[in-house]
Amino acid sequence: MITNEVAYNGKVEGDVIVTKADAVINWIRKHSVWPMPMGLACCAIELMAAAASRYDISRFGMEVMRFSPRQSDCMIVAGTVTYKMAEVVRRIYDQMGDPKWVVAMGACASTGGMYRSYAVMQGVDTIVPVDVYVSGCPPRPEALLDAMIKLQDKIGAESSVKNLKSSNKIAC
Amino acid sequence: MSTETIEVNVGDAVSRGADATAKAESGKMALNVGPSHPTTHGVLRLMMDLDGDVITRCEPVLGYLHRGDEKIAENMTYNQFVPYTDRLDYLSPLANNVAYAIAVEKLTGLELPERCEAIRVLVCELARVSSHLLGMGVFGMDAGAWTPFMYTFTEREKLYTLFEELTGARFTTSYTRIGGVARDIPDGWLDRVSHFCDNLPKAIDEVEKLLTRNRIFIDRTEGIGQVSQEDAIAYGFTGPNLRASGVDLDLRKDKPYSGYEKYDFDVPIGTRGDCYDRYLVRIEEVRQSLRIIKQVISDFPSGLWYAEDAKKIFAPPKEKILTSMEELIQNFMIVTEGPQIPAGEVYFEAENPKGALGFYIVSKGGGVPYRLKIRAPSFCNLSILEKMVPGHMLSDITVILGSLDFVMGECDR
Amino acid sequence: MIDQDFTDSILAKFSSVTKRHHEDCLTLDCDSFSVKDVLLHLRDEETFDLLVDLTAIDHGEHADSRFSVVIHLYSRIHHDYLRVHSICENNEHPSFPSVSDLYPAANWHEREAFDMFGIRFNDHPNLKRILMWDDYPYYPLRKDFPLAGIETPLPADDVAEVTQASVDPAPMMGGPFVSGTGDNMSEAEPRAKDESWTEDTEKPVL
Repeated sequence: MITNEVAYNGKVEGDVIVTKADAVINWIRKHSVWPMPMGLACCAIELMAAAASRYDISRFGMEVMRFSPRQSDCMIVAGTVTYKMAEVVRRIYDQMGDPKWVVAMGACASTGGMYRSYAVMQGVDTIVPVDVYVSGCPPRPEALLDAMIKLQDKIGAESSVKNLKSSNKIAC
Repeated sequence: MSTETIEVNVGDAVSRGADATAKAESGKMALNVGPSHPTTHGVLRLMMDLDGDVITRCEPVLGYLHRGDEKIAENMTYNQFVPYTDRLDYLSPLANNVAYAIAVEKLTGLELPERCEAIRVLVCELARVSSHLLGMGVFGMDAGAWTPFMYTFTEREKLYTLFEELTGARFTTSYTRIGGVARDIPDGWLDRVSHFCDNLPKAIDEVEKLLTRNRIFIDRTEGIGQVSQEDAIAYGFTGPNLRASGVDLDLRKDKPYSGYEKYDFDVPIGTRGDCYDRYLVRIEEVRQSLRIIKQVISDFPSGLWYAEDAKKIFAPPKEKILTSMEELIQNFMIVTEGPQIPAGEVYFEAENPKGALGFYIVSKGGGVPYRLKIRAPSFCNLSILEKMVPGHMLSDITVILGSLDFVMGECDR
Repeated sequence: MIDQDFTDSILAKFSSVTKRHHEDCLTLDCDSFSVKDVLLHLRDEETFDLLVDLTAIDHGEHADSRFSVVIHLYSRIHHDYLRVHSICENNEHPSFPSVSDLYPAANWHEREAFDMFGIRFNDHPNLKRILMWDDYPYYPLRKDFPLAGIETPLPADDVAEVTQASVDPAPMMGGPFVSGTGDNMSEAEPRAKDESWTEDTEKPVL
């Protein structure tokens, strides 16, 4: 059949969608971010409230809160990170598989919060690279959901194919 | 004694536990639970030796949430420290605020109006309901039941709406001030609390239907984690854990504060001191708290919500500050220098949902305490783990920790 | 009830115990040599079987006796608390007899007092740090220790190497503003404690 049609025709091409690999990979990744809740202090309660029925983090595909770092994508550091706890947070971050993101939830995780003392690490970004900071003490569950949506936007803008091919994104 | 050293090259986490393995006796396995673990109520680390499935030694390691509250208190005025008390037992922040405020007010000798005391009692009991609901929801989750967690969290969301209307924050309320509370109750709030109390017994009944006579739950919790009366007293237990072991000590009855002697309520006492008893005591305490709340609402006194003669201690109301010179100066002094509390020392304990939260304050006059010690109930409750856990199986750990209902925020301060 | 007779009987029985001025509950001063006998008597004869709290106070570097231990007891029969103040020997390396064989609840409280103040409790079964990590070199609640902390290496070496992090003093940014006591406005004015650093001023060298 000779045709001058240049566009996509279901009868000719069949059920095939042509798009960028990045778009597909990012779309899959951002709609099933499995969080690793590093619930340390009061923010953990708001994290649990976000997972409960009123604010329902499951709408975004994020209700799979397994406490196993190997099975999760995003570490939500919820609560104050003390220097004693810092090594544990870092080790769990190292055990997570690529691609991984970190959300610093609350004032204590972002910058140390109101605890300016000898035992509190002034922000978890000294030991792990943070993607989204959420302010609040504690942030409302809606603020956390907003942060997760921002994280989804950030994931959507990544160049995943390049990262897959290059080796310098593999963490030790 | 021959020690077997097994070297396994798996990664950092295992090699870090190598010192624990070296200390374990031969034939035993060293297991490290936590600090990041779903069944711990916060960051508690347990270093255990296992003989098969049975635990032979358990050493808790704390301090992963030590934030230096007591040192911070020596650098903050009395009112500036109130937000830090919120974050001690962060499941019932209002109760901590009230305990702290009463402790400091004992140094001043202030006489609080009845309305203020009634507000504080009401708020403490709501915090108790909130804390026990979460405690029991998470306890069910630790034992494997997910649904009670969802039900209790739904009820807690209703409580959060009430707290938000009263104080401005869902939790971490910072509601009390030295000499009173931050603001009066809004119009119609008491009706909403009353409505909540009418609906709550149904929700607790639902949770009880799922757990209390559940064969699996009873098998997992009965006879587990038994604490005898003598042990409970010797190890400094307080609160529902102590009462479940059979000791009749409730500070609301023994040394009533803030007007508790006016209200009529029962104190549930357990018989065996195992996990099942602790669960039953807490469920019954929620019902008794509802009784107290109803009594408070039915006879709510009118008047002021702060002590009027607290010249250098409680900031005057905003209208006066903005129009009158003396009140403006008073407000300035209180905000910059802090409430002027006379010199002395005081120890005050309040019956918090987790136990008896005590504040030992040494003041040398002025607006900043010289020494502030927080006697945390969870810190004292956890010391029994070293004695109680050996002899149980590994899968009982989650149930024991869930039933002790501790919060690391207050344990580590 | 704790009344004058009770107080008199305790003071008569133990010569080293004196009464201290108190507003809320009976407070006794006792020296550290006889404190265990006093507590044993209070626990067995006078029904004070609940050890509610054991803590320490640092009276400052220039005080005659720098550290004192404060013990709170509760009796379910008398429905009241009792406070015992006791001074630790030796201001540089304070020590105190451990009461954890009388009251097992004191075990962790004493570990915390050791961790925060450096008071060694003699005959304690397991005197290790409890809130800070084992290798931490300082005693945080002492008055000469700054709130911001002193720089030390992070407890885990490999994490410190990878992340280049260490235990840094917290940036106080000119605070905390603390007002002293005093009738003069200038004394009572809040002023920054001299332990802060900002982006413009350097960290104090300790």
